[in-house]
Amino acid sequence: MKLLSRQILFSETCGMALAALAVCACGRSGDMEPVVVGGDAGRGRAALIAYECGACHRIPGIPGARGNVGPPLDDFVERVNIAGRYANDPARLVDWIRHAPALKPQTAMPDLGVSEIEARDIAAYLYE
Amino acid sequence: MSAARPQSTLDPATGSSASAIDELGLVLYVGAAVILAVVSLLALLGVLTGPRSVNARRWLIGGGLILPATILAALFVHALIVGNSLMAKTHASMLRIHVTGKQWWWEVRYESADGRPEAVLANELHIPLGRPVEILLGSSDVIHSFWVPALAGKVDMIPGRETRLIVRADRAGVYRGQCAEYCGAQHALMAFHVVAEPAARFDTWLTRQSQPAIQSTGPQIEPGRDLFFRGGCAACHTVRGTEAAGRSGPDLTHVGSRHAIAAGTLRNHVGTMAGWIAGPQDIKPASLMPNSAEYTGAELRTLSAWLMSLE
Repeated sequence: MKLLSRQILFSETCGMALAALAVCACGRSGDMEPVVVGGDAGRGRAALIAYECGACHRIPGIPGARGNVGPPLDDFVERVNIAGRYANDPARLVDWIRHAPALKPQTAMPDLGVSEIEARDIAAYLYE
Repeated sequence: MSAARPQSTLDPATGSSASAIDELGLVLYVGAAVILAVVSLLALLGVLTGPRSVNARRWLIGGGLILPATILAALFVHALIVGNSLMAKTHASMLRIHVTGKQWWWEVRYESADGRPEAVLANELHIPLGRPVEILLGSSDVIHSFWVPALAGKVDMIPGRETRLIVRADRAGVYRGQCAEYCGAQHALMAFHVVAEPAARFDTWLTRQSQPAIQSTGPQIEPGRDLFFRGGCAACHTVRGTEAAGRSGPDLTHVGSRHAIAAGTLRNHVGTMAGWIAGPQDIKPASLMPNSAEYTGAELRTLSAWLMSLE
């Protein structure tokens, strides 16, 4: 009984999270900015600095981020696609930050062992 | 293991020249503060008590000549003793490290000794704890200056001359150093690290560095190695144990073991390595390393994986 209620609770939470992501993804075109569930833009900025993403990307607000190997990450919220093939939504972005080579083997973007929460933080910063 | 303030003269490593200099500074600051306090007190006393007759000769000769002469002479002798101790005598058994300043990186060479071959690397020095080490400094282009603020004072690196510096640390840690003489466009991005570690760890590290490159295998590693040679990297870089013997860029034999790349500019991992290979001119414009557009994304990751396997 206890187990069952816990499972229900879990699936409800997941459902809510998915719903939130879905709602957020639509925000891009309109008045609402996408919100990454559990993402903190301040921590995301720190993670972008720590992983030295600026070696390949130009990222506004990150010191020394002037790389031109990957695409510039300014106005990321306006971007239509990620990696030229996926819709730009928070869930996909988090996945891409963590496992780019698995999503697109031709990419130069490495898998740096970024954790789920770090990826959410980074996504939150990029959508800010 | 990095010190809280890895590049500060205010947080010198115990046993280092920097800590002797720090103590000398403290003597000067405290002494100057005491003198200022006494003089201020006398001036205040003069104002508060009003005019009265004093022995002018005694105050002028005693306070104006004898007192400052004694204090300055004592400080002079003290500073000479400290200065002399910083330039400790070298002896044959002392570990010698050659560091050559280059626009804009540091070539580091450990002399061969006891059957161990010479070890060459870049932008990183390791030293054993509690033992003075002699660092011989030179330059292959313009004047640079070797400065690790938490370990020692700065010493110029002059083309055609050899300058020297004795470094010692009793506290383990990773100390950061930086070029302290303007040397061109990327002077600000010419840094390095000094790792002070227990003797046993140091010996293991040095033995490793003097060996040829590790030949590891893996689905990314071997293709990455081929790309290194196909791309012409060997024209400028040496990887001991392979046919790569270029001399104008850093020795990459154990590049995967280093803390940073591009002379302290980027932390060293597969991502920064790939970014640096593809676009060094965006990160450090005017450095000798050219951008390389000939690699696909996947190739870049492979090449980076091979270089990082060279530990």
